[in-house]
Amino acid sequence: MSMHRREFLQILAAASAAGFALDSRSLLAAQGGSRVDGLYDLPRFGNVHFLHFTDCHAQLLPIYFREPNVNLGVGSAQGKAPHLVGEHLLKAFNIKPRTIEAHAFTYLDFAEAAKTYGKVGGFAHLATLVKRLRASRPGALLLDGGDTWQGSATALWTKGQDMVDACKLLGVDIMTGHWEFTLGANRVKEIVEKDFAGKVEFLAQNVKTTDFGDPVFKPYVIREMNGVPVAILGQAFPYTPIANPRYMIPDWTMGIQDEEMQKVVNEARGKGARVVVLLSHNGMDVDLKMASRVSGIDAILGGHTHDGVPAPSVVKNAGGQTLVMNSGSNGKYLSVLDFDVKGGRIQGFRYKLLPVFANLLPADKAMAAAIDKVRAPHRAKLEEKLAVSEGLLYRRGNFNGSWDQLILDAMLEVKGAQIGFSPGFRWGTSILPGQAITFEHVMDQTAITYPYSTLTDMTGATIKDILEDVCDNLFNADPYKQQGGDMVRVGGLSYACDPNAAMGKRIRDMRLDGKPIEAGKTYKVAGWAPVAEGAAGEPIWDVVAKWLRDKKTVAPLKLNAPKLVGMDGNPGIA
Amino acid sequence: MDALRRTLLKGAGATGAIAAAIAAGVLKPSQVLAAEYNRAAFEAKDMAGALKNIGAASAADSTGIAIKAPDIAENGAVVPVDVSSSIPNTISLAVLVDKNPLPLSSAFDFANGALPEMALRLKMGQTSLVEVVAKTADGKYYKAKKEVKVTVGGCGG
Repeated sequence: MSMHRREFLQILAAASAAGFALDSRSLLAAQGGSRVDGLYDLPRFGNVHFLHFTDCHAQLLPIYFREPNVNLGVGSAQGKAPHLVGEHLLKAFNIKPRTIEAHAFTYLDFAEAAKTYGKVGGFAHLATLVKRLRASRPGALLLDGGDTWQGSATALWTKGQDMVDACKLLGVDIMTGHWEFTLGANRVKEIVEKDFAGKVEFLAQNVKTTDFGDPVFKPYVIREMNGVPVAILGQAFPYTPIANPRYMIPDWTMGIQDEEMQKVVNEARGKGARVVVLLSHNGMDVDLKMASRVSGIDAILGGHTHDGVPAPSVVKNAGGQTLVMNSGSNGKYLSVLDFDVKGGRIQGFRYKLLPVFANLLPADKAMAAAIDKVRAPHRAKLEEKLAVSEGLLYRRGNFNGSWDQLILDAMLEVKGAQIGFSPGFRWGTSILPGQAITFEHVMDQTAITYPYSTLTDMTGATIKDILEDVCDNLFNADPYKQQGGDMVRVGGLSYACDPNAAMGKRIRDMRLDGKPIEAGKTYKVAGWAPVAEGAAGEPIWDVVAKWLRDKKTVAPLKLNAPKLVGMDGNPGIA
Repeated sequence: MDALRRTLLKGAGATGAIAAAIAAGVLKPSQVLAAEYNRAAFEAKDMAGALKNIGAASAADSTGIAIKAPDIAENGAVVPVDVSSSIPNTISLAVLVDKNPLPLSSAFDFANGALPEMALRLKMGQTSLVEVVAKTADGKYYKAKKEVKVTVGGCGG
């Protein structure tokens, strides 16, 4: 089938306008001849191979996931990966607009392109891709960057067991963690010591006991791959005890600990490792800084910040250079990193971040059956249709996404609040215009072990303090002082934000119904996901589900995004 | 080794060996404190006053002082801070927290060649600079600092 590009685009537009998806295969074939087959045609390079996925957030089935149109970098991070969105990203990585890759890595024409190319991820499809790559790369290790046991209804209801079993079936060799810890220290230890024993290594050099600083997990392992000793180090999310409830892991302390990291690297090198790879949940900005301070790491396969970055950032340091990657989220991508090691030295590398398109990778039968089995007892509840969304719903981005707006609107109405706060989580799947919102979709945005919704009286001064605090965790010029989430989503209250300003001076012009917020006045504020122990309240998913059942149809929502100051020309916003 | 050490220390705590040592007069914290307590420095309400009263108003910046502290505190009420000095002949170390109501948190003297190293737990109400001042035997003062962020938490990832 041969078709000119213009004709292809016309068909694409017609299909989108008609609101239905054409067969992806024929469209993709039309687009560039061998493009479909070429997408996953990745010849083996060298003799040391790593496959990496991260932050899948327990999405066992294919989903939609829109990349952000706001991912601002400030200070030295401005204009550099991962702080590039839309056309800026395409240009920086030399990706042609309106291609399957452009759809995979950007938000551009998201709804239309998603209808054409279909859903992404899904463990059954990922399993097929992993098997293919393992067949061409004997000895390859499969690394899981964490945020794997949280993010879906079934993961919450089975205390992560569905994901633990799926990862074992997928053949994960090594993992590290973050949201895993919100299942509680005892549950994590139980999985690591029982389910994972002899099968999956859980590594974290930066998790220690609070009393004597003893390691809780192994810091690294050395494996022989095709005759080459390789070390894999683990780094858990350093700020879990701050960003998530402390009481769930009361006896563990974390932090970045790059001096300790250097010791671990030196020890692994001393034991003969010729390739050193860090499996990190630091977030990409922290990884970039760590790569400049710690020497001897060849590559950091990173996660946490959910950045799907098509090519590595190369960071120079005292020991040479370190490649820094980030492999996106929600099972949307699989990283493939090949090293050629000869005479005990790395001679070269190849890297590809492969998007996982479910329509282009047949489901692995064993994995599909296992997923069916896990879902069967919950199917009726998961598939309950609550409402239909007329607009596109998504979360990812520095400020309010439409999914957040929906949660905020629901909270304000159900709780009778003036102002709403919803956490700036980076996970949560997307809904296309016209798609039904199921209970499962609501859980994709809310499934946490501390889901309590709250209604609190707060003074204007407290509200400002909270906004400033979270904003500093996003825009502090020092990545080691960032926490990797997005800005808290705000309902009711309007404000301006100057990301370049100092702590305490970024939030301005706070208003409610056009009137300035008064520091001493008290306001009714709805929120959810409190990190303090002892909090209580109706689970947020019930609040949202109730509101959706009542509405039946959700019209496109107006986003309550702040007025940004000083961000003109920043390629992290489109 | 770790398990054994833990058991021993827990055992020591449980049987009250440490408390017993204090009761028996082997350890006398209050007397030690009373001996050379620099009231003016410890009660100073700002950094300038505290530094002046320990005699370090014009201390020179030094890379010989190592401060190990978290970039973001997990709990502002107990922030672990490890301090050491590699400056030759260090005889005392003082630790200050610039935003605390009483900035001088602690001061230690190291006699007869004791290694100038210590591990503290500091309380901080807000993001602060931890400043450490070292005094050498020849009466010179040196300083170094590190910012520790204190945050309300939540909303990560």
